[in-house]
Amino acid sequence: MTTLKDLASTIRSKNAGVDLITFDIIFRDRDAFVRVRDSAVITPARVADMFRVPPADITDFVVFEPARAIKFTIRRKVPSGSPGERDVFGSQQYPPLFEIRIPD
Amino acid sequence: MKPIRIITPTGHLGTTPLEKGSFERGCAQRPDYIIADSGSADIGPYPLGADRPASSEVWQRHDLEAMLVAARKLGIPMIIGSASDTGTNRGVDQYVRLIKEIAAQHKLAPFKLAAVYSEVPVSDLIHRVQAGETIAGLNGRPTADLALLKRTDRVVAVMGVEPIRAVLRDGADVIIAGRSGDCAIFAAPILNAGGGEADAYFCGKAMECASFCGEPFMGKETILGRVDSEGVFLTAMHPAQRCTPASVASHAMYERLNPFREYVPGGFLDMSRCRYEQVDEKTTRVTGQTFVADAETWIKLEGAGKVAERALFILGIRDPYTIANLDRAIDWTKGKLAERFGPVGGTYDVFYHDYGRGAVMGEMEPTPAKSPLEVGIVVEVTCDDAARAEVICHIAAKNLFYARLPDVKGTAGTAAIMSDEVLHARPAYEWTLNHIIKAKDQSEFFSTRFETIHA
Repeated sequence: MTTLKDLASTIRSKNAGVDLITFDIIFRDRDAFVRVRDSAVITPARVADMFRVPPADITDFVVFEPARAIKFTIRRKVPSGSPGERDVFGSQQYPPLFEIRIPD
Repeated sequence: MKPIRIITPTGHLGTTPLEKGSFERGCAQRPDYIIADSGSADIGPYPLGADRPASSEVWQRHDLEAMLVAARKLGIPMIIGSASDTGTNRGVDQYVRLIKEIAAQHKLAPFKLAAVYSEVPVSDLIHRVQAGETIAGLNGRPTADLALLKRTDRVVAVMGVEPIRAVLRDGADVIIAGRSGDCAIFAAPILNAGGGEADAYFCGKAMECASFCGEPFMGKETILGRVDSEGVFLTAMHPAQRCTPASVASHAMYERLNPFREYVPGGFLDMSRCRYEQVDEKTTRVTGQTFVADAETWIKLEGAGKVAERALFILGIRDPYTIANLDRAIDWTKGKLAERFGPVGGTYDVFYHDYGRGAVMGEMEPTPAKSPLEVGIVVEVTCDDAARAEVICHIAAKNLFYARLPDVKGTAGTAAIMSDEVLHARPAYEWTLNHIIKAKDQSEFFSTRFETIHA
């Protein structure tokens, strides 16, 4: 079974300003990008479900052809660095994406 | 237009030192400007709210020294944005002091320095809201009200190109700017040279994190940007790095919610029709970007305010039974806190960061933790009073040591204490303002001071 981490060269998360965390899935290989894009298994609904946030908290979802990338952005529950913060830079929220299964 | 060539050696001056090799190769290209951004909101709200730098002055001085000495030797202007991480007046003044010290140390010939300030007094914003002005929220935030402003300790306005264009026109050799838009410090000299807005802002967008727009991934290496009538050209200066269509395009989306638009005071850069071409081994050309002007000028405001004092305690747990029942143990300790100090979330708050069991992703974690061998717990307590935060934190941690679970076998302590002490953390702050305000023009919230620096 092929998973996203087998096909993408970069899977990352990072703050986009103080209220948002943005996720980038980037493919070095164009065929891999096309395969994942056309499989349509990565959708706003799917990532909202995966990260346990309401669909309205997925603020942006784009397929970005020039960088062979899929990109989406999640609204934080509280601004970065507030009391109780667990990831000030938003840089360790991406690993669950690794195991998304991509059909052959 | 006259072609303009800019080098940038670092995406956040002062965090870790710039790499000299590619910087010297960049200088050897005889650029027209040396530019670097020194700010970030990623560092959390504390540095702005408390007005403290996040970076070490050792590295700030290191990078400023390399850039200043090179710029004076080449006889070209140097521009630094968002001085000392946050771009407060303290940050600008600190960098002006460092520039003077470095000039004296190297016996540099006199030069003209411009300091551009961007701090906005909270009282000024309160008066504006009372007078009916709107401070509109970004990213789904509500409009700022007086209560929010009163929770705010410090505010910076994020400058666009105009304040920097003005001091360049007035002959500044070295510009130390307060909080600045990432693109603005690069776009300003390009616009002054007659470049179009789309190319100027795109060049800034691509260069703002220096070598992050190249591949393979490297930080703190120099990038050369050129803008002429043929477009924007980005060249990696490190021998093992290249700017490729993929690397430049993927940087366009870095740290942004949308890869097609970059908002600046006075409009936005539209990158949806960009064409990326490899023109030589290390260089990518970008064309097709457009600029959509806005009739109104909105300036971004960043603000932070203190929430509470903070204390920490570090524990570890190895007993598999306790780990399996950790939620119950934490509930019990919270109950004990409530008996003595009132409800959690009332006059104080407590957070159990359970590393090994979901601390990193918290509520966003989709994968239930398997039974980890060990769990590390950082107990975080926030409270208005520092002494009380320490007392509560001590009990919040020690009660995990004494946690009452029905079948626990280890009755001489249910947690390993790394060091039996409460750690004093810096106070908790929050980002209160991530907002925009309408300005008469791009210069409204900024002020400028010139000074001739004599070694």
